[in-house]
Amino acid sequence: MLGLGKKDIALFMIVALLTLLAPFILNPFPEGSELAQFNAGYPDLMQRFVIFGIFAIGFNILFGLTGYLSFGHAAFLGVGSYAAIWMMKLLTMNVIPAIIMAVIVAGLFSVLVGYISLRRSGIYFAILTLAFAQMSYALAYSVLTPITGGETGLQPKVSDPRLFDGALAEGATPQANLFGLDMGASYEMAVGNWLFTFNAGYYVAAAVMLASFYVAIRIFRSPFGIMLRAVKSNQQRMNYTGLNSKPYTLAAFVISGMYAGLAGGLMVAMDTQVGPERMFWTASGEVVLMTILGGAGTLIGPVLGAGMIKYMENIVSKINSDILHTWFAFLPDGLEDVLVAMVYPFVGKGWHLTLGIVFMLVVIFLPGGLVEGGQRIMNLFRRKKRAGDDSTPAPKSHPAE
Amino acid sequence: MSNSNFTRRGVLKTSAVAGAGLALPTIFTNRANAFTNEPTGSTVTLGFNVPQTGPYADEGADELRAYQLAVEHLNGEGDGGMINTFSSKTLDGTGILGKKVEYVTGDTQTKSDAARASARSMIEKDGAIMITGGSSSGVAVAVQALCQEAGVIFMAGLTHSNDTTGKDKKANGFRHFFNSYMSGAALAPVLANAYGNDRKAYHLTADYNWGYTTEEAVRNSTEALGWETVAAVKTPLTQTDFSSYIAPVLQSGADVLVLNHYGGNMVNSLTNAVQFGLRDKMVNDKNFEIVVPLYSRLMARGAGANVKGIYGSTNWHWSLSQGFTTPDGTEVAPDAASAAFVKSFGEKYGFPPSQAAHTCYCQTILYADAVNRAGSFNPCAVVEALEGFEFDGLGNGPTLYRAEDHQCFKDVLVVRGKENPQSEFDLLEVVEVTPVGQVTYDPSIFGGDLGSCNPGA
Repeated sequence: MLGLGKKDIALFMIVALLTLLAPFILNPFPEGSELAQFNAGYPDLMQRFVIFGIFAIGFNILFGLTGYLSFGHAAFLGVGSYAAIWMMKLLTMNVIPAIIMAVIVAGLFSVLVGYISLRRSGIYFAILTLAFAQMSYALAYSVLTPITGGETGLQPKVSDPRLFDGALAEGATPQANLFGLDMGASYEMAVGNWLFTFNAGYYVAAAVMLASFYVAIRIFRSPFGIMLRAVKSNQQRMNYTGLNSKPYTLAAFVISGMYAGLAGGLMVAMDTQVGPERMFWTASGEVVLMTILGGAGTLIGPVLGAGMIKYMENIVSKINSDILHTWFAFLPDGLEDVLVAMVYPFVGKGWHLTLGIVFMLVVIFLPGGLVEGGQRIMNLFRRKKRAGDDSTPAPKSHPAE
Repeated sequence: MSNSNFTRRGVLKTSAVAGAGLALPTIFTNRANAFTNEPTGSTVTLGFNVPQTGPYADEGADELRAYQLAVEHLNGEGDGGMINTFSSKTLDGTGILGKKVEYVTGDTQTKSDAARASARSMIEKDGAIMITGGSSSGVAVAVQALCQEAGVIFMAGLTHSNDTTGKDKKANGFRHFFNSYMSGAALAPVLANAYGNDRKAYHLTADYNWGYTTEEAVRNSTEALGWETVAAVKTPLTQTDFSSYIAPVLQSGADVLVLNHYGGNMVNSLTNAVQFGLRDKMVNDKNFEIVVPLYSRLMARGAGANVKGIYGSTNWHWSLSQGFTTPDGTEVAPDAASAAFVKSFGEKYGFPPSQAAHTCYCQTILYADAVNRAGSFNPCAVVEALEGFEFDGLGNGPTLYRAEDHQCFKDVLVVRGKENPQSEFDLLEVVEVTPVGQVTYDPSIFGGDLGSCNPGA
């Protein structure tokens, strides 16, 4: 079906189910309970999960398949975002032209960057891409202020031309929409003490994410994907057999650049604002972390990694000392203070520290990322079951996804 | 996922869906409330969105302290601070409109994306009715636009660029802090007084929006008094060593260096300039001088002894609480409001508050009072209550929240690095309190459109 193998269909279905039911899955704790702090099922974060998922899936096509480590992917995300916001300012607040333009512009820009950077490989390639990204950042931050709005960035304004849109109602602000469906519109469902939010923007982004996930599976399984893997395993040998690997790497680079542009366009569609720090090198580093944390070269890994990092950034960073005090309030005063003092450095503004520790643990103990962790757990159960009815050792499962 | 087959049925289906989409917004409303995040329980949640990591983390930490203090005072804990001196008497320690004040915090990282993500999570997840804080104009403009869309009130923290209440102003956003224009207007006469009317200025400007507006403001006001601008050079924000920018200053024939830098930039550029011996030079038979348009105590601390004798402007300074004598002999009596604030802040944290802390405290009190006077949390009612609101007793003397651009108008302090500091907090002395009339401007000069208030839902 759809040109996918049986395993891939299963994987795709699981991902589809997870994204569709995300509002339930991410809000496991009832409103008002102390654990509600850990709920992640609000529109902004759900949108970020899928958008950064797309970004990481695209990055993984380059890094996971060809092994080329780009340290400047945020530049494509940023360029896509700027393209999208200009479409919104000039043409229409409908997100379709914005997203399409974001992909096209990011694609063109990645052709340019890729053509130059791919002349080198390894660390030199990484440095070249990093240089391009920092250059784009500096341009957006100050040199091109008239186009990019500089540090302040760009937002749609009431006074923008918006050629295709009718005049706004008095006092209304321009809102991103899909043929009239406001991206910010949400339907809230209260079940007992639980509150589930179904956000229009999230489902639009999720649909795009599923589509790009599908395309990624097809690329992974195609002869083109095999060629890319060949580049990773031994590019020199490939060249000696008479194959020119450059078109393949450039194609992979442009595809992943377009994925980044798509993510950038969606970011604007969900939250109509662009700032240059989206292109800062830390943003490029973040997507590398996401991919490695989840499992480079696997299909689902980057999405998991993206989710993990965004969860840390948005949930853990909001735990302040007052919240800790309420958690430990049942303890005697002295003990409470000691516990709070011990935990506090790891939450709130210390979320980077927690993320760093998690990253180190994953890299040391699970070199294949979170996906490897999942596989190990699965294997554990499988082995036990098999051992029960059959003495033959379980066939070693391939670390495919 | 592709729509390439345009069958009749397909087109009909699509248009039906699109039609339903057009009709949907009436079904998919945010909540069944009159406005976004209407507080229904016995508490009300405010969102304190400050930089906790990144270059302005120190200021963010001080802002957060002020917010916590303000919440205590609103809830009737502590000594009440400036609530006692505030000219409007609606706050009685029972929270806001009888609801206990709770708060959530977030980290802006001084990045507009992160700040918006944090603000959105406060609005969508925690149900915050008002967002406040921030320590950079880029962030303030970004979050202000978000709050306008979401239909909550934004009370800006430390943001000095003209844009926040100029070309990027929004009906749901309010700024208590002063701006670049006011800095320029307040500084120029003092500078002309101290250094004469025939100076040649050389500007080093941080290469981003705040730098541009500050340079423009200082240039315009000093040129109006007869100064000449020799050159204005932009420096990258990430620059840490300014020696290559300082060296050409002396060759240019300029005799005043204006550093349109903030935070770490200013600390580094000023240190470089002083180390180059600029201040000991004589140019055009005049002593070479350095000016820093926007001062903060945290910056002064970073630059240490280098700030001695250097002029700048500030929104508020804790020494107002003690009274002082300006160099021309004017006695300025201690300000009761500042004294109350410094006292309760000092008792809680052990040191005096910074101007960032002051402006954030004021913003919280002003919001709470506006809600009480309006009798409603509805953003539109709050906007109406704040527009054109005149008050006193929050440390800056009589102040007006101007209706046209939601900017506060109050006296501006011109300060100078102290020659003999008594402590690590006692680094600046107030040279002149520039009366509000001198820094007031026509709201239309910066363009922009306030729009109308948005209550969300």
